[in-house]
Amino acid sequence: MDGMHDLGGKEGFGPIVFEFGGPVYHEAWEARAHALASLARKLKLFNIDEYRHAIERMEPRHYMSSLYYERVLTSCASLCVEKGICTADELQELARGQFPLARPISPGRVNVPCGGNYALDARVRIKNEFVSGHVRLPAYVRGKVGTIVGISPVVPFPDAAAHGLQGSPEPTYDISFDSEHLWPDASEAGKVCLAVFHSYIDEAV
Amino acid sequence: MKSENTDSRPVASVQDRAAALSQVFEARGLVPDQYYDDFRHQAEEEWSPANGARAVARAWSDPEYKARLLKNGKSAIEEIGLSLPIQQRHLVVLENTPEVHNVIVCTLCSCTAFTLLGVAPHWYKDFEYRARIVRQARTVLREMGLDLPESVEIRVWDTTADTRYIVLPLRPAHSQGLSEPELASLVTKESMIGVTRLEAPYRRGTEA
Repeated sequence: MDGMHDLGGKEGFGPIVFEFGGPVYHEAWEARAHALASLARKLKLFNIDEYRHAIERMEPRHYMSSLYYERVLTSCASLCVEKGICTADELQELARGQFPLARPISPGRVNVPCGGNYALDARVRIKNEFVSGHVRLPAYVRGKVGTIVGISPVVPFPDAAAHGLQGSPEPTYDISFDSEHLWPDASEAGKVCLAVFHSYIDEAV
Repeated sequence: MKSENTDSRPVASVQDRAAALSQVFEARGLVPDQYYDDFRHQAEEEWSPANGARAVARAWSDPEYKARLLKNGKSAIEEIGLSLPIQQRHLVVLENTPEVHNVIVCTLCSCTAFTLLGVAPHWYKDFEYRARIVRQARTVLREMGLDLPESVEIRVWDTTADTRYIVLPLRPAHSQGLSEPELASLVTKESMIGVTRLEAPYRRGTEA
């Protein structure tokens, strides 16, 4: 989905607040939220793709004003409600106030099993497609051409898995792009490399 | 936050919301004894950059191991007793050279090889880093204290799938003659993410 989470290349952000080392958690509730989300995944209440997508489905102003572990908490609570583990009313009663949850999910999609693979060093164009469900393609490479520099084993297709659909496992390709091709006349020189699912590739060029 | 609903109650504090979700899990008997303490210990102690540092030190000491690590990261770390979580199916190790600098990010969320690097630092999860590093890598690294000349090519790796990346830093010249555990102690989380380098002239006083 074209959500607020798709931040790569967005402008207007200021300096990084950097520190060496740093604590894993600043406050106890952060550890609690992280532990609950991890436990829920171990109990198979939801999978990693459903979990990521529930974060993406947060109301944009909520997403942008939340720290990381508030997003973790909101995703876990939203999925518990959607899966029938508890109700939104129960969470609000226990929290003694409003408990903002993710917005409703859109339909997902399955892939078709891929026939044949692209080869290392191939030049490929990424599809210029718009997916309202879960998708792991950052908008900044839509329609762009890059070079395959690595190939992964087959992995579950996230666009299906995030919606509880059965997709076909497929490989991902590490594809290297020139940053000046991604943001013409508006980027520093360099390479940006990312893992792209087979189904997101349009064609070899 | 503005919201569509008409509930006039205030939003509960995030502490109260976390406590409420805990109560839901506890009321349904889903939380094992000692679970929260055990999880926190795992996150703070067992998922440690000391793990990734062991693989780096071995690669610095043994060229054949380094070749295996660069070819198939997952099987090479398993050789020395390390592992990735089950959903992280592929590990790509990115070798820094005098002419090439690698740096990792996850622009869509905050994925990392956390069993090797430790839980991702707060700055790695911040919107500033996620938005800017792919487009302004040289400036962002300079702001973070790593000033690379134009002659060094920067490669940014965006963690968008189940593949995980870690940087193999260049071995610093001052490390000649050190044992493998001593070498591992030089290697930091930041250097394996790729926002610092360990060799002169880039090495920082804050690093070992």
